[in-house]
Amino acid sequence: MNDNQSLNLLDRALGLEQQSRPWPLSGRVVLIEDRVETTASFVLHQLIKRSLPPNSSNVVVFVAFANPFSHYDRVLRKLGCNLVTQRDNNRFFFFDMLMLQCPDGDEGKSKVGLVSLYEKIHKTISSLPEDKKSYVTVMIDDISLMEVAANGASDYVLDFLHYCHALTSEFGCSLVALNHEDIYSNTETPTFILQIEYLADILIKAEPLATGLAADVHGQLTVLNKATSHGLGSSRNKVYNFHFKVKENSVEYFYPGSRG
Amino acid sequence: MAETICRTLRDGGLEGEHAPALTIKDSVASPFGLDVFAYVLTQLSNYILAGKSQSRGLVIVAFSRSPSFYVNLLKERGIDVNSSHKWVRILDCYTDPFGWKELLNVKEVSQETSTLSSFCNDVRDLEKLYSSIIVQGKGLIGQGKGHFSVAIDLVSEMLRHASISSVGKLLSNLRSHDQVSSIFWLLHSDLHEVRVTTVLEYLSSMVASLEPINRTTIGRKGDSGNLSLLEQNFRKGKFHVRFKRRNGRVRVMCEELHVELSGINFTSVSSEDGIINQRLLPKVQFNLQLSEKEQTERAKVVLPFEHQGNGKPIQIYDGRRSLSENKNEETLVSTAKLQTDEDTGKGEIIYFRDSDDEMPDSDEDPDDDLDI
Repeated sequence: MNDNQSLNLLDRALGLEQQSRPWPLSGRVVLIEDRVETTASFVLHQLIKRSLPPNSSNVVVFVAFANPFSHYDRVLRKLGCNLVTQRDNNRFFFFDMLMLQCPDGDEGKSKVGLVSLYEKIHKTISSLPEDKKSYVTVMIDDISLMEVAANGASDYVLDFLHYCHALTSEFGCSLVALNHEDIYSNTETPTFILQIEYLADILIKAEPLATGLAADVHGQLTVLNKATSHGLGSSRNKVYNFHFKVKENSVEYFYPGSRG
Repeated sequence: MAETICRTLRDGGLEGEHAPALTIKDSVASPFGLDVFAYVLTQLSNYILAGKSQSRGLVIVAFSRSPSFYVNLLKERGIDVNSSHKWVRILDCYTDPFGWKELLNVKEVSQETSTLSSFCNDVRDLEKLYSSIIVQGKGLIGQGKGHFSVAIDLVSEMLRHASISSVGKLLSNLRSHDQVSSIFWLLHSDLHEVRVTTVLEYLSSMVASLEPINRTTIGRKGDSGNLSLLEQNFRKGKFHVRFKRRNGRVRVMCEELHVELSGINFTSVSSEDGIINQRLLPKVQFNLQLSEKEQTERAKVVLPFEHQGNGKPIQIYDGRRSLSENKNEETLVSTAKLQTDEDTGKGEIIYFRDSDDEMPDSDEDPDDDLDI
């Protein structure tokens, strides 16, 4: 099982090893893209765990469109992180949006739907003490389901994401979102996913192996770490690629060819 | 060449003409548009501060980054920000572009940039946006007859909520405003139809487009082998610039762009190309190219069929002796001649013509009559 101190390849690719800053992802946008053959929810789980280290005051605001709290609680418990305790300590805020239905044709004109969701997130962050605000991670577990909740109005979703992006510069918090790449593969110009990719500072892609299925490799991750010019990263625009194997209590990451 | 762009923007337009306009377009495969934008912005700011440019001030219309990003950018590039309120204004279309915050009555956190920036709460209303840009610009230069420049950091964001015709109208109005000295904007070309990109290119006198060094897209199945190519694309790109002159001449130039921690820099592409070409030649054991000495020596070699210019008439054998030389063909093929030839030891083909029926050799195909 992973312990907190040892960092795996994904952590390194995300730049989490930088000890100089309390939360290296501050002010950055992380986009996770997966496919139906290789779901990347384990990356999200790992990021929840990393965002809530035991001896810190980091806060996670989790916006759930895909799974209820009990699901995440069970998964994170196996990874050694108790979400119920974190919730009681006001370090984990869970917004259950599974039943969210935006009224037709509204799209940001009244205080319902995504506008009210934004209001909730904004209120939560601004009610935190000043010193904690920049250690907040806002997570959205499925952008495509948000699009469904918005009756397919992708511009409305993009507006919402723009406001979330504005939060990162207003408070210095970070934004993590998951989306499915192959949903958009048929459209001639996948504008929606490209728009989100432009917003992202770090892009994580989970794909099946090019060579087909293998017993001890479940897929590969490609991480594009774009440091913006205001970022303090030691290197600009690094690309990482490694394989992963999802186990019961942890995920193993390794370079291609270094196993079996 | 990137310098040329900045100088053109610095010099501004002539009285009664459109201001020079620059489109910077990038795509997801080579996403350095904002870096180029920041580069042009810094250069132009330096010119304005030094008083070298036609324009006295700069209005930044911020769609994709917050005003504090631009203030930090100018600080990082060593530009004096304390006096900035005299020459730069930021129209903030980033913080609350659709009026959600106003609707929710969310209190704005006070920022150090508040003296520089003013809010735009509805980016859908382009006419209002146009008038606020002009108001900001006039606020900078006062009542006089001065000029100012306009920088729009993402036209793509505008196009999400407005039609191309209204965006085109806004840009065109800005260009033709007599107090606008120059204007430049950023565009993500892969978010729009080709038509839209073309319209914006028509509106501009310079187009700087960023293209990847290697054509590859991430995420396509089975291209993990292209990882190094992908990484290359994230460190450098091709930088094409198209200048449109007043007389209609179009000049295209190309440079290479390198991304570094501190920003970007440009190198001319010709030297790089040479190195790549040399590297592309396969490694073989023999020389594929000649040295200069070898080339002059080769030029000296006299080819056997070439007229050698030693005074003698040129003789080309046509299958029989020419009639002018020999009056009688029967006697010509004499044994005497044959003997002299033997003496000199020269080889000669001896050929007796059987009769006059036989036609001399010609180009005709001897098997012409066969029905193959």
